[in-house]
Amino acid sequence: MLNEYMIINGARIPFKDEKNILDVVRNAGIDLPTFCYYSELSVYGACRMCIVEDSRGEILTACSTPPKTGMAIKTNTPKLQKHRKIILKLLLASHCRECTTCSKSGTCRLQDLANRFGIKEIRFDKSEKAFKDEYPIDESSPSIIRNPNKCIHCGDCVRMCSEKQNVGAIDFAQRGYELKVCPAFDMPIAETECVNCGQCAAVCPTGAIVIKCHISQVWEAVHDSSKRVIAQVAPAVRFALGEEFHIPSGENVMPLIAAAMRKIGFDEIYDTSFGADLTVIEETGEFADKLSSGAKLPLFTSCCPAWIKYVENRHPDIMPQISTCKSPQQMFGTVIKEYHKSASNTDGRETIVVSIMPCTAKKGEALREEFKRDGKQDVDLVITTQELSNMFYEAGINFDRLEPEALDMPFGIFSGAGLIFGVTGGVTEAVIRKITEDKTHNGINNVQFCGARGLEGVKEFEFPLGERQLKIAVVSGLKNADDLILKIKSGEIHYDFIEVMACPNGCINGAGQPHGKTFERESRAKGIYAADKQSRIRHSDANPMLAPLYEGVLVGRTHELLHVHYQSTS
Amino acid sequence: MQPGNRNDDCTCNCKNVNDFSGLDLILSDYLHVPGSLIIILQKAQNLYGYLSRDVIAHIAKTTGITQAKIYGVATFYTQFRLKPIGKHLILLCQGTACHVSGSKLIEDVVCKELGISDGETTADGLFTLNNVACLGCCSLAPVMMVQSGGEDETYGNLNKESVKEILKSIRHQGNV
Repeated sequence: MLNEYMIINGARIPFKDEKNILDVVRNAGIDLPTFCYYSELSVYGACRMCIVEDSRGEILTACSTPPKTGMAIKTNTPKLQKHRKIILKLLLASHCRECTTCSKSGTCRLQDLANRFGIKEIRFDKSEKAFKDEYPIDESSPSIIRNPNKCIHCGDCVRMCSEKQNVGAIDFAQRGYELKVCPAFDMPIAETECVNCGQCAAVCPTGAIVIKCHISQVWEAVHDSSKRVIAQVAPAVRFALGEEFHIPSGENVMPLIAAAMRKIGFDEIYDTSFGADLTVIEETGEFADKLSSGAKLPLFTSCCPAWIKYVENRHPDIMPQISTCKSPQQMFGTVIKEYHKSASNTDGRETIVVSIMPCTAKKGEALREEFKRDGKQDVDLVITTQELSNMFYEAGINFDRLEPEALDMPFGIFSGAGLIFGVTGGVTEAVIRKITEDKTHNGINNVQFCGARGLEGVKEFEFPLGERQLKIAVVSGLKNADDLILKIKSGEIHYDFIEVMACPNGCINGAGQPHGKTFERESRAKGIYAADKQSRIRHSDANPMLAPLYEGVLVGRTHELLHVHYQSTS
Repeated sequence: MQPGNRNDDCTCNCKNVNDFSGLDLILSDYLHVPGSLIIILQKAQNLYGYLSRDVIAHIAKTTGITQAKIYGVATFYTQFRLKPIGKHLILLCQGTACHVSGSKLIEDVVCKELGISDGETTADGLFTLNNVACLGCCSLAPVMMVQSGGEDETYGNLNKESVKEILKSIRHQGNV
């Protein structure tokens, strides 16, 4: 079986374990276009853009055909060019072609391929019934906007939602011209089991599902002199935002983000990793209490709002086992609001907390009733990594030419443990750093081999705590989480602690990030661990700003301010 | 009326769309047979007359198939209804043979007599009109089938007058 090869456009191309011709062709340096192919989702073969021609003149879809040795194919014959163009023209015929006002413009794959194949004219009449923009736009969700008029029926969102997230909030309905992707009964998406993870928008090649934009509200706050606009930037943001400005993924651009945000008018810029440090302290305390009191385990983490919503929908019975800790975003929001309430820190301006998140579910989390006090949100506005980079573009910031700047005090200091929350396994490793006895640099470095690292969807390992061997699991992707819960419920396995992040690979691959392929995700993870290793403070206890807080605004109020009881539990 | 919200004046043969005991019996037969969604939907529709939101939600909950997926299947096949139908379901053939024999004229008469158009139900809940592609008895063209509470009656060689008479007699039966 050695030396398997295909003949692609006359050249011998070796292949090994590629599942389909498409991967072989792409490895050979030819970018076959696709709409409906994602290596991590099931093969659908619907868009027909990846067609190739074999030696008998037969047309095959490269994505759904396994490679065979000696097989000869061509990727760019007149027949293929003609077919691809007609497919594109048909897609464009029934597509809402308002490119100038579409938020996907510039990153839309349909637009890109129309340009690439030189489509200048659509001969199908848009006034005909079948090609009209007739579907209402669904803006019910706090995180995404659905515009079925821009849908090309590739099914990427449907497969992502059901295969990776096990949610299945949307699917194909109707048939023929009426075919569309929608929730059951065409209900508003907010009334379904949608968990706001936004992964549908991340894979959508067009503007049919996009992330809800809150840039204008942020500009309004920034330009209002009666408001003190305070930003918190999540750990994962800084390792991906640079990609939008041709800086390699994984490079820590936090100092550039701080500089740029000051230039566009933010008053104070802090780090959500600080909130993560608070979470580590609180969650570890809760875990220790549960361990000593013999309460029902496992304890599930609570940082991910999509995960919380998923549990509310599907497994309300395990809600008592979800940590009561607020997520880092919400802890930080509460602390900032409380801190600026005290007389010495106020200057009469209203405090507005803006989060910069890799996540779309955080937009929904900030709106939850549980996170409002006196009718006001602790976190006022949430924008994604992509939205922040769009603000920089709009303001004309030459991001890559800025001089790096530092964050503000007092909440700009954080530990490496808080920083690694941005990648799957990070929360667990941060908790282990807190409970491990050897807090030297070497001791903390050694924790990295405990088994929490890696981009796999499910990781299991044991960690010694005194007499006990803690059984720990780390999962990302809600389908993986669901499988694990079913095994726990059936009694097949037991764990003491489980970290769950809804997005595959954790927050670095959040739907609010620039869309990353496997390579970018790996680079972002590497970047996060490298930045952690360089930080002077490696575990949350060592964050010097926590003690003043626990002795200040948090005295006697830690439970009230840092914990939450979701209303669905009562 | 929203599909699924039961109309108190509903006159179709559904007894109580919120009673799932019959549906649970159907589900228990097919729960462990993969690929049986369509047959479950067919039997549920026979039981309740149509597939209400509640029925679809119950099937979703029991089988673990998402509501969106079931809705997709139910809207793909024309045999499934998401709205309640009248006591008598008129299946009016619009196949080729019936078409050339004037089925469009028959439809006009039915619509005018009942005050409804294709897919609609009369206000009194007696009749629902559905155009169908072919009933498979072209020798009787133009033809229609009337389904009433599980019983089917086929009427062939229709003309403007006979169809009026048929509707009148069915309505009369209903009032006895």
